Amino acid sequence: MKHNTIRTATLVLALLLCAAQASAQTIKIGSVLTLSGPNATLGENMDRAIKLYMKLNQDKLPPGVKVEVITRDDGGPNPDKAKQLSQELIVRDKVQFLAGMTWTPNAMSSAPLSTEAKVPMVIMNAGTSVITTMSPYIVRLSFTLWQSSLPMGTWAAKRFKTAYVAVSDFGPGHDAQAAFTKGFTDGGGKIVGEVRIPLANPDFIPFMQRAKDAKPDAIFGFVPAGKQATAIMKAYGELGLDKAGVKFIGPGDITTDEELANMGDVPLGVLTMFHYSAAADRPANKAFIAAWHKEYGANSTPSFMSVGAWDGMDAIYYAIREQKGKIDPDRTMELLKQYKSADSPRGPISIDPETRDIVQNEYLREVRKVGGRLENVELETVQTAVKDPWKIINNKK
Amino acid sequence: MQAVLASVVSVAFHGAALGMILYVISVGLSVTMGLMGFANLAHGVFAMAGGYVLTTAISRFGVPFPLALALAFVLVGTASIVLERLLYSRLYTASDLEQVLFTIGLIFIAVAVARFIYGTLQQPVVLPQYLKGQFSLLGRDFPTYRVFIIGFSAVMVGLLWFGVERTRWGAMVRAAVDNRAMAQSVGIDTKRLFTLTFALGSGLAGLGGGLGAEIIAIQPTYPFENLVYFLVVVAVGGLGSLRGPFVAALLIGVSDTACKYWLPQFGAFPIYVATIAILLWRPAGLFGRHA
Amino acid sequence: MSTHAGGYSADPRIRRIEWLPWIVALAAFFLLPEYLSLGARIVIYVLYALSLDLILGYAGIITLGHSAYFGLGAYVVGILAAKAGITDPMVQLAAAAAAGALLGLTTGAIILRTRALTLLMLTLAITSVLLEIANKASTLTGGADGLSGVVIAPILGLFRFDMYGKTAYLYCLVVLLIGWWLVRKIIYSPFGTSLTGVRENSLRMHAIGAPVYWRLVLVYTLSATIAGVAGGLITQTNQFVGLNVLSFESAGELLVMLILGGVGRIYGAFVGPVVYLIAQDLLAKQFPEYWYFGIGTMLVLVVMFARGGILGILDGLIARLRRKA
Repeated sequence: MKHNTIRTATLVLALLLCAAQASAQTIKIGSVLTLSGPNATLGENMDRAIKLYMKLNQDKLPPGVKVEVITRDDGGPNPDKAKQLSQELIVRDKVQFLAGMTWTPNAMSSAPLSTEAKVPMVIMNAGTSVITTMSPYIVRLSFTLWQSSLPMGTWAAKRFKTAYVAVSDFGPGHDAQAAFTKGFTDGGGKIVGEVRIPLANPDFIPFMQRAKDAKPDAIFGFVPAGKQATAIMKAYGELGLDKAGVKFIGPGDITTDEELANMGDVPLGVLTMFHYSAAADRPANKAFIAAWHKEYGANSTPSFMSVGAWDGMDAIYYAIREQKGKIDPDRTMELLKQYKSADSPRGPISIDPETRDIVQNEYLREVRKVGGRLENVELETVQTAVKDPWKIINNKK
Repeated sequence: MQAVLASVVSVAFHGAALGMILYVISVGLSVTMGLMGFANLAHGVFAMAGGYVLTTAISRFGVPFPLALALAFVLVGTASIVLERLLYSRLYTASDLEQVLFTIGLIFIAVAVARFIYGTLQQPVVLPQYLKGQFSLLGRDFPTYRVFIIGFSAVMVGLLWFGVERTRWGAMVRAAVDNRAMAQSVGIDTKRLFTLTFALGSGLAGLGGGLGAEIIAIQPTYPFENLVYFLVVVAVGGLGSLRGPFVAALLIGVSDTACKYWLPQFGAFPIYVATIAILLWRPAGLFGRHA
Repeated sequence: MSTHAGGYSADPRIRRIEWLPWIVALAAFFLLPEYLSLGARIVIYVLYALSLDLILGYAGIITLGHSAYFGLGAYVVGILAAKAGITDPMVQLAAAAAAGALLGLTTGAIILRTRALTLLMLTLAITSVLLEIANKASTLTGGADGLSGVVIAPILGLFRFDMYGKTAYLYCLVVLLIGWWLVRKIIYSPFGTSLTGVRENSLRMHAIGAPVYWRLVLVYTLSATIAGVAGGLITQTNQFVGLNVLSFESAGELLVMLILGGVGRIYGAFVGPVVYLIAQDLLAKQFPEYWYFGIGTMLVLVVMFARGGILGILDGLIARLRRKA
C-alpha cells in the first residue's frame, strides 16, 4: 500500500512539474531603435535601459514566464526601414509587443502594422502628439513636446516680453513651436521671429545669428537631443548671446543629460522645462542612477530616453503580470490604459485612458555646476499630472 | 540700414570662415585630381582622420592646440603615403568607374572603423582659452575662433601658393598637371611627385578637418555627409587649379551662410541650383583647364 | 568591366537558363511565406539595379544620382495616394513612370553634354535639389516625418496589399518581368549595340556619324523611367514614403549591389541585390558596424581583383572547368 502511494505521489509530482514546464513561455518584445549612424547614442541609451530593467526585475514576472527582447536597428529616422523591421518582427519573429521607436517618422510608419496585426506598440521615445491617434494599439510612455513647451511658454511669458523661436524642421519641432507660441502669446508675450532649421544641418550659426539680430529677450530652441543639442548650444555661445543678455530656453532636449559634459560652460544658466533630469534627487531616481552606474560605469549618464524605455518596460511587465503571461492584445491595451507608477525615476506617472498617452509632471530646471559637473537642477515642479495639451485643445483621442 | 549692413558683415564673416575650411580641405583634392586624374571621393576620410587626431590628441593626451594641429597634418599626410603606395597607385590607370567604386569602398571602411574606435558621439572640441570668446572689431563682436580660422587658413593658403608658384617642386607639379607625358619625358619622377603631392593634399585635408571640427562636426559619417560640399568646391573651382577652388569655396561658404540667414525656408536649394548653373555654363569649372 | 551579355551579334532569343530566376522567385513564394516582404524589396531593387545597369554598365554613364528618379517615382505615388486621393495602383505606377521619364529627359538633355567629374557632380546636385524640395515642401511630402496615409486600392479591385506581402510580392514580380523583358529588348537591339560602342570608344562613334548625344539621352530617359517605376513600387508595398528614398547612402548601396553582381550584364542586376539584401538581412542585424566594414572591403577587393563581380567570378570558374573537360 505504501509503495503504491509513493509511486502515485511521484507520478503526480512529475505530472505537475511537466505541466509547469509546459506553461513556461517566452514573451517576445520587438524593439526598434537607432543603434548606428550619427544618432546611435539615442538608441543605445534606450537599449541599455531596457536591458538593465530586465536584469533587475526578473522577479516581477509571473512564474514560468520569460521575456525576450529582439532588438533591431533602424539606423536613424528611416521610416520605411523601420516599417520593414516592424513587419518582420511581427510576421517572422511573432513578437507580442512592439517597443522602442526613437523617432516620430518611424513610429508613424509602423502604426498601421500595429492595428492590422493587433500588436500593442509601447512608444518609448517619439514625442509628436499625433502619433497615439494613429492606432488604438499604441500607448506612449515617453513624453510629448506640447507637455513641455506649452508650460514653458506660459512660464516664459511672465519673465520675458519677446521671444524668438528656432526649431528643427520636423514633427516634434513643429509641435514645440506651436506649443510654445500658444503658451507665450496667451500669456501676453510677443514672438519677434521664427525659423525652422533643416534636420540634417551641420552649422547653426546663421540661424542663431538671425535670432540674435531680432534682439529678443529669449530664444526658444528645440533640436533633437544628442549632437545637435551640443551644436546649437555652441552656436549660442560663439555668438556671445549669453553675454548679450539673451536667455536660451527650451524643452529639456536642448540640455540633454548625456551631452552636457560636451557643451563646455556655455549652458550654465539655461532654463528648460522637462519631465526628467538625471540630477533629480527623488529616491527612485537615485536608485536608478546608482544601478545605471553600477552596470555601465560611473561616467555614463542615462538620459530622458533611457527613462522612457525603463518605464515602458515597467508598463509591459505590468501587463504581463496581470495576464499571468497569457497575452491578449485587447486585454493588454485595457491594462496599459490604467497603468500608473509612483516610482518612476521622473516622479509619478500614469496613462490617460482616453488618449493612451503619458501623464506626468513638468519641472523647471536650470543648468548649474554641481561638484564640478554640469547638471539640470530641478528648481520647481511647475505642473503636476500634465496631460498632452494638444489633444485637449484639438479634442483628439 | 545700419542693421542690414551689420547682417551683411556678419554673413560675410561667417561665410568666409566656412569657405576657408572648405578650401583647406578641398584644395588637396583639386590638385590630386588634376595631377593624377584620380577621382578620390574618399578625400573626406582624410579630413575626418585629421579631426579625430586633433580631438584625441587634445582630449586624451592633453596636447596643446597648435601641436595638435601640426600632428593632424603630419600624421594624416604620412598615413596617406602608405595608402597611396599600397592601394591608390595600382588604380591610376583604372577606369573612372573603378576609381569611384574603390574610393566609395574606402569610405565605407573608414566609416566603420571610426565608429568602432570612437563610437557615434560627435567628438568634443576643447579650444584653448585664448581662442575662445569674442573678438571686438569696429564695434561688432566676432567669435575669436572663427577669426583664427580665417587668419590661419589665409597663412596656409599663402604658403601653399608660394610653394606652387615659386619652388621647384611647385614647378614640377604645374608641369605634370599641364602635360604629364611631357613632364615625364623631361625627366620628372612623376611617381615620387604623385606620392609627395598626394601626401601634402591629404595632410592639408587633415589639417582642415581638425581646424574646422567646430564647424563641420567630426563623427563617423563625415565623409558621406560632406562629400557633396568638397566635390562642389572642386568641380566648380576647376580641377588642378589652386585659385579656382579658393574662389569656389568662398562663394559656397558665403552663399550657404547667406541663404540660411536670409532665406532659411529654402535650405541649401539655391546652392545646388547655382552649382548646376555654373557647371553648365563652365563645365570645366570657373578656372578649369581641360575643356 | 569587360564582359557582358548581349551586344555585338549575340542571339536575342531567351536561353533556357534565363528562366531560372523566375522559377526561383515563384518557388520562394510558396516555400518562404514569411519572407515575402523581404522578397518584394529584393524584386524592387533588382528592377532598380537593372535601370542603373542600363546607363552605368551599358552606356558607361557614371552617376551617383540615380536615386533622384527612384525618389521622384516614390513621392509621386505617395502624393497621389495620400493627397490627391488617386488610389488605383496601376494609375499610380503609370504616373511614376511618366514622372521618371520627364525628369530623365530634361535632366539628361542638360547634363549629358558634360563628362566625368562634371557629370558626376551634376547628378549629385540634381539629387540634392530634389532632396531639398522634398524636405521643405512638407505639406505635400511630409518632410522629415515622411508621408503616411498612403492608400493603395486592391489591384484590379481584387488583390489587397496585406501585411504579409503576398500580393505585393507577386505584383512586383510581374512588374519586374515587364521591366526585364524591356531591358532585354533594348540590349539585344542595334540600339543596344551602339550603346556598347559609345561606352567603349565614344570618339570612334562620333567619327562614324552615330548620334552619340541623343542615344545617351534616350537610354538615360528609359533608365529614369524604370527607376521611377521601381520607386513607385516601394511606396506601394510600404504604403509609406520617407526622405531616404532620395539619399546618397541608398544610391551608394545600389551601386554596391550592382558591382557585386557584375556590372554591364543583365543578370548582374539580379544576382547583386539578391546576394546583398539577403546577406544584409542575415548579418547586418547582429553587427551593423561590421556590415559596412565588410561592404567597403568587398568593394575594394572587387575593384582590385574581381572586376566582373560574382558573375565574373562564375564565368571564370566555368571557363576553367570547360578547359579541363
